Amino acid sequence: MRPALILVALAALALTACEREARRFDTPSKNQTPAEQAPRMGTLQPAAPLQGQVRAPLRNDSPYEENAYAVNQGKRLYRWYNCSGCHSMGGGGIGPPLMDSEWRYGGDPASIFTSIMQGRPQGMPSFGGHIPEDQVWQIVAYVRSMSGQLRKDVAPSRADTLYPGNPENARGKEHMEQAQPPLPEPGARR
Amino acid sequence: MSRRGPLGEEPARGADAPQLKDGEGPGSRAALALEQTWADPPGFFGWFCVVNHKTIAKRFIITCLVFFALAGLMAAVMRMQLARPGNNLVGPDMYNQLFSMHGTTMMFLFAVPVMQAVAIYLLPLMLGTRSVAFPRMNAYGWWLFLFGGIMLFTAFAVNSGPDAGWFAYVPLSGPDYSPGKRVDFWAQMITFTELSSLVAAIVIITTIFKFRAPGMTLNRLPLFAWAMLVTSFMVLFAMPAVMLASSALIMDRLIGTHFYNPAEGGDVLLWQHLFWFFGHPEVYLIFIPGLGFLSAIIPTFARRPIFGYTAMVLSLITTAFLAFGLWVHHMFATNVPELGKSFFTAASMLIAIPTAIQIFCWLATLATGRLNFKTPLLYVLAFFFVLVLGGLTGLMLAAVPLDLQVHDTYFVVAHLHYVLIGGAVFPLFGAFYYWFPKMTGRMMSEALGKLSFWLMFIGFNVAFFPMHMLGLHGMPRRVYTYQAGLGWDGLNLLATAGAVTLALGIFVSLVNAIRSRLAGAPAPADPWGGGTLEWATPSPPPIASFHRIPIVYGRDPMWQPPPAGAPAFVAGLSAQTREQLVTSVLDALPDHRMSFPTPSPWPFLAALATTVLFIGSIFTPWAVVWGSVPVAVTLIAWFWPRMRETAQELALEKQP
Amino acid sequence: MTPMMNLFLRFVAALVLAVLMLSLSDYALAANPLPEGAHNVLDTMGPQAGHILDLWRVFLYLCCAVFALILLALLYFLRRQPRGDAGTPPELGFVDAPEPAPRRHVTRAVIASTLGLVALIVASVFTDRALARLPLTGAVNIDVTGHQWWWTARYRNGGPDEEFNTANELVVPVGKPVIVNLKSDDVIHSMWLPNLAGKKDLIPGRSASLQFRADKPGVYRGQCVEFCGLQHAQMTLHVFAVPQEQFDAWVQGQRQPAAEPADPRAQRGKQLFQSVSCAMCHAVQGTLAGAQRGPDLTHVASRKTLAAGALPNTPEDLAAWIRNPQLYKPGSSMPATPLSQEDLDAIVAYLGGLK
Repeated sequence: MRPALILVALAALALTACEREARRFDTPSKNQTPAEQAPRMGTLQPAAPLQGQVRAPLRNDSPYEENAYAVNQGKRLYRWYNCSGCHSMGGGGIGPPLMDSEWRYGGDPASIFTSIMQGRPQGMPSFGGHIPEDQVWQIVAYVRSMSGQLRKDVAPSRADTLYPGNPENARGKEHMEQAQPPLPEPGARR
Repeated sequence: MSRRGPLGEEPARGADAPQLKDGEGPGSRAALALEQTWADPPGFFGWFCVVNHKTIAKRFIITCLVFFALAGLMAAVMRMQLARPGNNLVGPDMYNQLFSMHGTTMMFLFAVPVMQAVAIYLLPLMLGTRSVAFPRMNAYGWWLFLFGGIMLFTAFAVNSGPDAGWFAYVPLSGPDYSPGKRVDFWAQMITFTELSSLVAAIVIITTIFKFRAPGMTLNRLPLFAWAMLVTSFMVLFAMPAVMLASSALIMDRLIGTHFYNPAEGGDVLLWQHLFWFFGHPEVYLIFIPGLGFLSAIIPTFARRPIFGYTAMVLSLITTAFLAFGLWVHHMFATNVPELGKSFFTAASMLIAIPTAIQIFCWLATLATGRLNFKTPLLYVLAFFFVLVLGGLTGLMLAAVPLDLQVHDTYFVVAHLHYVLIGGAVFPLFGAFYYWFPKMTGRMMSEALGKLSFWLMFIGFNVAFFPMHMLGLHGMPRRVYTYQAGLGWDGLNLLATAGAVTLALGIFVSLVNAIRSRLAGAPAPADPWGGGTLEWATPSPPPIASFHRIPIVYGRDPMWQPPPAGAPAFVAGLSAQTREQLVTSVLDALPDHRMSFPTPSPWPFLAALATTVLFIGSIFTPWAVVWGSVPVAVTLIAWFWPRMRETAQELALEKQP
Repeated sequence: MTPMMNLFLRFVAALVLAVLMLSLSDYALAANPLPEGAHNVLDTMGPQAGHILDLWRVFLYLCCAVFALILLALLYFLRRQPRGDAGTPPELGFVDAPEPAPRRHVTRAVIASTLGLVALIVASVFTDRALARLPLTGAVNIDVTGHQWWWTARYRNGGPDEEFNTANELVVPVGKPVIVNLKSDDVIHSMWLPNLAGKKDLIPGRSASLQFRADKPGVYRGQCVEFCGLQHAQMTLHVFAVPQEQFDAWVQGQRQPAAEPADPRAQRGKQLFQSVSCAMCHAVQGTLAGAQRGPDLTHVASRKTLAAGALPNTPEDLAAWIRNPQLYKPGSSMPATPLSQEDLDAIVAYLGGLK
């Protein structure tokens, strides 16, 4: 009986492990519309601004959420592209916190993707065209891990930097009932 | 005849003491009763309950050899990849897993455990007793080892094999740079194998100290037993360091501690110090049993007792002490203070002295003996070429300036293989050829043995000698490929050819072993004319090993029979319960009789529970809490005294 | 030797040959070879490596002599001693016997070994001293930071406005000492230039220092020698030792901001560089690109290799690298950038002008 249980546990482990541990270096996510159709909503862009629109996600599906390597890459990109400049290590500062359960523009993968690509009013830069989409999906997966939305064995552990604490320490749900501010119309002047 | 219980245990009796005692020769009623008493429980369930040291040791040896073969296959793939520059047989990710698994398997799952396994088989036979101490814990140690190895290889099979090297330096192996669970499996495998090694070490030390044939004073203890005693003490001190290091790593990765995070007050070098404090004695854990093999084989094939017994024993002990003072020589390229490094240079050079003493004593033994050139001796002679060469390159590595040039290059790869294969694997093969007839009752083929030896010897040198030059020409370790035109191409190809030859040689030995096991000539009790007590038993030994416990009058009891009129055996141990004679530590005077545990499923079940705890704690810290419950339950069931056994033991007691 | 054994050995030989023939495809790379670079401990080009080589010779001769002695002694005994077999009665006269002759020989051998070891320890300490006594006046000061899987070098001589960054290739003057301060950005790396000096680890959270002097002009190749992840094998460092005037001219050039693009295509390349993903990681001094995550490209056209020695620095290789870095260095941090062919050509043209 016990050996059988062990084997079942090992088999379950096996099924999750293959995807979790895969290191893929050259597979584009293919989860974007082919053409740039979504408008930029943020007024800021890094380095030299691009004109034109950005690509939107095809499906509300985060391609890297089962892959620990990709999520960890997302964590490194979050550091490298200075997301922490406004969001700190998830606790927020100039920008809103990312590790709590309150999302102004949606906490599902497609919403986070568009927030990054399009930018948002009041300071979120528009990274579309600046950060390759695969990397944006990796960042999306990492951002979702910060609020505990990823499976425990895939979610990254602490970084080798100053440590902000666990998602459990994030601000609570009391802000959930506040009305969300409406999204501005595309092209509206601010 | 009385009936046995469901696990094959002998039938319960009332308060009457079992009457039959040992002391009569083979074929007697007592001898037959002993065989029944000590027999392994039959059947499928009985297989999980075995606690006999010979059975467990044979399983243990085979498990280790399977790991050896798997790690060797990985090495073969690596050599294929490196045979040509710019090769893409395997990519960087798979190559990193391969070299990490190769090193980890060889060091943790083969090199130390196989030595302990051979000792668990041989020591009771060599010491003139019927069982190791703590037979159930011994079984537990093997089951735990088996499960840990299976866990690691299952992880490798599903792309979760460790990929940070066998010594897994942080921060690369830390939470930020090794995502996923690969390094967690590695770190937890360490917990498995180190616990198993600690258990085996405790078993070996207690056996050697308390369960010897009367008359086998410490001054008459076989040198192989001395080697295993010294090794086991080293295990007790070295293993906790690596368990601590790997536990801190698991905690960093799982629950976000900062032991190794410099940004929050931790230190990257803490890992290196903790690991190498274990890691350097680890290689001596592998090397010293090899020295023990040499001291067992050379006297037999030189037809004389070993020269310089006292010097040999003191050398073993000195080596063990000094081995704990060398670890920083793995860290010479870091920024630890230069003056401190010089002390470790001196210590690393001076440890050569006790080894040199041993080598000169063996040479003196060979120089004054009558030589019998059989396969075991050939493997032992290879030691003098391979290990000495490796030790001399070790002296080069001990000097800080030289080490700063060749550290982390193929020069070190060459050195470590020369000392490990020369100092442990060749003696181990010699030991297999030497004791195979005893273990299986069949002789191995001398022709195949000699063929295997020459293939291994030539193949090994062709594979690893060019690596010295590769290191001096700048080739670093752990590279999955290299550019053409750096002068490394030809040497790498040669090394690959040598590796293939070495693999062939090992394969020939495997073939030899299987053929001999199935159809080899039956072996007499003493095919080599050896001097130690294991050669007094039939080949293979009966399950109770000695039907009569012998009394020992010299260092080589087979060569030094009892003087006229002196007793040759002791008698009076029960033949119907598992009774063992406990002797004093220094002079092996009979002290008291002890009832030994019968076969039991609880070691297996406790190992399973421990496995669940360890594997669970890779995924969640709560496993430590909830997993403790089955562990506690199985341990309690294991140790709970049984009324029947207690009654039997009480009935056997005699007032002094 | 039985016919069976003969056949078996032939089979072994054939198998070995088959293994040698085993060949799989190489990298498909551009035709230009990589720069030649000496890469050899035994070929010393500076005093540090020279001291170490002297020590190496001491060790080599002594160890070879010891090895030969032991082996010859062993072979001599093996030949000299009579043969026996399992039935030969063991020589029990040796039990508890004093055996003065072997004892004398063993004692002498042990004393000789000890003296030899002490001599080696002394030699090692003297070499340590010599290494620590490299004169450092007028040294060039470089901060080298290791990353996965490339090197930053920041030249520190002069005031803060005279410092500059480069990557993966150091230029040093012949005959002047160089002090390299070693830091790591992520994991442990190790810098090793075998022709010039021993290695030193770059450990995060610690700083270390390596001093050397190149006494002969040339190209010296080094590699990272502490396993640092997926592309540890392709983390090369080149050191170009040049005469003092050439070094000064190089420094002056490096201190300038990036050259302005000459033609419209390069102009467009500069615009693209600053606006697509290049500027998210790379810096080109004097433009809007100021990120520190990837190598500084201000003077990239003056380098001999790309990607820490993975590719030679030619326009074709540069274009291939930008299009798909993962083909040449799988696992490296640079992503594939989706660009049209004209955009790629423009960027390559711009980068080619950054001398």
